[in-house]
Amino acid sequence: MNKTAPAGKIQDLELVATTKRYGDTVAVKAINHTFRAGTYSCLLGPSGCGKSSTLRMIAGHEHVSDGDILLGHANITDLPPAARGTAMMFQSYALFPHISVVDNVAFSQKMKGVAKDVRRKKAMELLELVDMSAYAERLPAQLSGGQQQRVALARALITEPSVLLLDEPLSALDPFLRIRMRSELKRLQRELGISFIHVTHSQDEALALADDIIVMNNGLIEQAGGPREVFNAPKTEFVARFIGGHNVLATPAGPVALRADRLALSRQSGAISATVREVEYLGSTVNVGLTADGAGDLTAALTDAAYFADPIEIGATVFLTWKPEDAHSLAA
Amino acid sequence: MKTRKALDPDKRSERVSWALVTPLTLVLGFFLLAPIATIVTVSFWGYNEWSFYPDFTFDNYLFHLTSAVTWATYLKTLKFVVLTWVFCAVIGFTVAYFLAFHVQSLPVQIALFLVCTIPFWTSNIIRMISWIPFLGRNGLANSALISLGVTDEPLEWLLYSDFAVVLAFVHLYALFMVVPIFNTMMRIDKSLVEAARDAGATGFQILMNVIIPLTKPGIMIGSIFVVTLVMGDVITVRHMSGGQSASVGRIISNEISLLQYPAAAASSVVLLVTVLLMIGIMMRFVNIRKEL
Repeated sequence: MNKTAPAGKIQDLELVATTKRYGDTVAVKAINHTFRAGTYSCLLGPSGCGKSSTLRMIAGHEHVSDGDILLGHANITDLPPAARGTAMMFQSYALFPHISVVDNVAFSQKMKGVAKDVRRKKAMELLELVDMSAYAERLPAQLSGGQQQRVALARALITEPSVLLLDEPLSALDPFLRIRMRSELKRLQRELGISFIHVTHSQDEALALADDIIVMNNGLIEQAGGPREVFNAPKTEFVARFIGGHNVLATPAGPVALRADRLALSRQSGAISATVREVEYLGSTVNVGLTADGAGDLTAALTDAAYFADPIEIGATVFLTWKPEDAHSLAA
Repeated sequence: MKTRKALDPDKRSERVSWALVTPLTLVLGFFLLAPIATIVTVSFWGYNEWSFYPDFTFDNYLFHLTSAVTWATYLKTLKFVVLTWVFCAVIGFTVAYFLAFHVQSLPVQIALFLVCTIPFWTSNIIRMISWIPFLGRNGLANSALISLGVTDEPLEWLLYSDFAVVLAFVHLYALFMVVPIFNTMMRIDKSLVEAARDAGATGFQILMNVIIPLTKPGIMIGSIFVVTLVMGDVITVRHMSGGQSASVGRIISNEISLLQYPAAAASSVVLLVTVLLMIGIMMRFVNIRKEL
């Protein structure tokens, strides 16, 4: 298989105090970040956090109000979308409904004036890459959501970008297909060796895919780092709550984050006492909802073996313990 | 005592369906099919100076189709159709494009769209007649041109000319082009334009490769409106050409005023068939079904 992008071209993408303003509202507040060459990065955050605006600025579909965007040594801030070395895959795929799959993929080549048989041959190679060559002559409306997404991928990759931008690419798929496409995106990124920047509001997606997770909130980057780093040691209360699976405890030294599966329950003694509010059986784990004295609502995630060895009933009083190294203090 | 047997649901829904289509069938049958059937029947009747009578003769058609006047008139009407269509299409597309793609806020879009319809608050004839004082020999247009020094004497071709006819047609019917094109354009996903730009398309390439192909059904619906309206016109040509140009509709109305009903009926059938053929040819190019 041909690698689509020559390996030497892949470069770091750097945001330098990149800012987006819509009138008086600031959607993205002077963020700095370097997307390392050839990595899979996920911009993660709730809707309205500025992640999509950031992606669209990188793509060149949104004017940058302030700051710069660098790709390698080139300043691409004000370049048109097709001249930046980026390609975008749109949320609803944005396939042209009036032309066939192969013509959709060949579209950018047609715009460049490449001869019909040359561009169709190239498009077929890309369709091969995403396993869609059997559908080349169909219209987009005759494809399923997952197939449309593969075509959209092929169409973005034919421009040989060094950075592929994906705007919530999996949100339109059903849960089963989402997980399959997820692993396929990761495989493609590994094989092509180019950088992927993927916008999502799903923690699972980000954790499963990303080499780097950039958690955004209110137009700012709350935390950026590898998935284990972000999940194990969230830096702010927002990250701890958004990434899920964490309890935020108020302690005299300030708030700390504590993974739900690192909380141990004991009937005898512990750091704080709590009342069992609810018990959720989730298969391999059991989530025990607790109302702690003075610390609000907490969740303890026990393995099913641990829970059923000594089932705790709702209303019981228990004590919580944890290892000191599992408690990560948060920026206030 | 007799109990009414309950209808089974299938039969019941079948009856409801029949009941629902009956009113429209009656209206169309009575107001569309019956008159056309009458016209077709009468077109085969005979007539003389003082009466017309049931017959089965092709004389009316023979006379109509072999007359040089008919052919010249059809040619002239076609010329008006083509010119009006070209101008309406260009204006309609441009206006719709501006509304759909350049105006960003929906309230402004709706407001501007309503502004487009304001001329339609007055009748066709008034809008047409109001051109006469404007274009006349001593009208506003000529006096403005003279005072600007563009011309020394009044332009004669402004009024009572083919120019005036086409101008009036375009003024009357451009909106019939704007509305369907605007409607189609509003359904185009804006991210398609971005995707095209992402693929390196220039503004012109986006227009040619994305917007126009996706707008074709709207253009076609507007074209059908314009073509049928101009083909069937009776008064615009007479008023704006000062009686110097004929139209197919005029032939028919003349025959009616001479009480030559069978001849008028035959001319009408020929016109109807011509227009249907034109629409049939246009429909071959674009599938408008998904638009309806």
